Amino acid sequence: MKADRPGEPVISLRGVTAELGSRPVLRGIDLTVHHGEVVALLGANGSGKSTAVRTVIGQVPVTRGEIELFGTPRRRFGDWGRVGYVPQRTTAAGGVPATVTEVVSSGRLSRTRFGFLRQADREAVHQALELVGMADHAKHSVDALSGGQHQRVLIARALASQPDLLIMDEPMAGVDHASQEMLAETLRQQVGKGASVLLVLHELGPLEPLINRAVVLRDGCVAHDGPPPPAVGQHALPGHDHVHPHAAHGAEPVRTGLLS
Amino acid sequence: MDILDYAFMQRALLAAVLVGITAPAVGIYLVQRRQALMGDGIGHVAMTGVGLGFLLSWSPVWMATLVSVVGAVLMEFIRWYGRTRGDIALAMLFYGGMAGGVMFINLAPGGSNANLTSYLFGSLSTVSESDVTAICLLAAFVVLVTLGLRRQLFAVSQDEEFARVTGLPVRALNLLTAVTAAVTVTVAMRVVGLLLVSALMVVPVAAAQQLSRSFAATFAIAVAIGVSVTIGGTATSYYQDVPPGATIVLLTIGAFIALTALAMPLNRRRARAMAQSAGDPAECPIPATRDASGKVGV
Repeated sequence: MKADRPGEPVISLRGVTAELGSRPVLRGIDLTVHHGEVVALLGANGSGKSTAVRTVIGQVPVTRGEIELFGTPRRRFGDWGRVGYVPQRTTAAGGVPATVTEVVSSGRLSRTRFGFLRQADREAVHQALELVGMADHAKHSVDALSGGQHQRVLIARALASQPDLLIMDEPMAGVDHASQEMLAETLRQQVGKGASVLLVLHELGPLEPLINRAVVLRDGCVAHDGPPPPAVGQHALPGHDHVHPHAAHGAEPVRTGLLS
Repeated sequence: MDILDYAFMQRALLAAVLVGITAPAVGIYLVQRRQALMGDGIGHVAMTGVGLGFLLSWSPVWMATLVSVVGAVLMEFIRWYGRTRGDIALAMLFYGGMAGGVMFINLAPGGSNANLTSYLFGSLSTVSESDVTAICLLAAFVVLVTLGLRRQLFAVSQDEEFARVTGLPVRALNLLTAVTAAVTVTVAMRVVGLLLVSALMVVPVAAAQQLSRSFAATFAIAVAIGVSVTIGGTATSYYQDVPPGATIVLLTIGAFIALTALAMPLNRRRARAMAQSAGDPAECPIPATRDASGKVGV
């Protein structure tokens, strides 16, 4: 891990605007994640939180403003091995069968030359699988996994490059409570090792104690930037839209994390 | 083996084997990206190339390669920019390609739709020396890309958004996949014909999936199926008077059906083994209110 001094920004967005189609989704947001910080990006559906994250990785083009990663303008940033990304997905599967190891090995490509995996790379992949408790499933097809296991594979893929910065888009969506606790523990270990984290979340849940700062978006603007919203009720967040993707499982009680 | 005594059969078998390797090798990435019908689209566009080749008296194989590469790149651009009505734009490209082929070949001096038939349905026995040279060169390119860049292409085809964050040149790799698919279509054109090319790209992969759990195994099995059916189809057409292209495609579909039937008990056993290793009993415990004979006590 390179020596970033604590407090230096690892992600910095200044006055960023972005459009999807011709609809403005971000209308000039400022967002900074400092070294060692865990920042939650909150907001209702359609507030622009996923789009904000996708401008950081270059998936959505920016119409105005500046983005820096580790102090380098994003256009010139090339050290992608330092960034681990968990996209918003419900499945890790593609159109062809693939094993858990094959999928997680993709995450190691940023640390290899010409995609050639050496012994150290295979060990890193195995280690990432152990971190999320999926080492037993290494040779299984991802098609045979449950929703929570899919999410663990996606997180292991992000951890395979041993990143200094984790960017996660709704990693808890569709994940049962046991897996959520597991993921919270994995994240705690990463933060303990000095990683910085930017999380898009719909609700704080079991991650609440880890989060240093919350940024709340509303209609493409920053509505709150500071300590996580106080637990005064489910409607503490402006425009909070109460949808629970895991409610369909029925077995678990609905936990918003905002009341507990 | 009297089949190998004839030079035209040697050429035919060589071309068939190369198609058996390359078509599934590219097709697996198209299936992984859920663009299984892209090969079909490129096949339609390639018809314009064949027509232009006749009109300008150039090699139809090289002209078809050129035009289908341009068509494939165009399709990739439509995928990037035409989010809303991309399917309509693709449909127009397909039909435009087909109509263009028919138009150009009829404009060519002495040309008629009859010239087109050998490209539409394949004409393995008329594969010439220069065709074989072209097919060998193109096949070498396809194998180099699909094997040499397998990890990169796997990552991009599995999850494009994630691949971007590993620093891979996602757009360049997408374009390379499109170009490689276009090249494969023209390699396969003489063997199975433009209208049946897509079958050899997709069906062996679908058949392999019935047995495999990993990408590597799917790749290997699909290529093995591809080579078996192209050799089998070519040999069958030599001994029985049947068209090789259609024979190859029907054999491939036969392989798919056979492997699907074979895989059913295999998958059931696998699922049971997995459940046992996880410690789950095969059946739910019988509730106290019901005895083993199924009688429900009240």
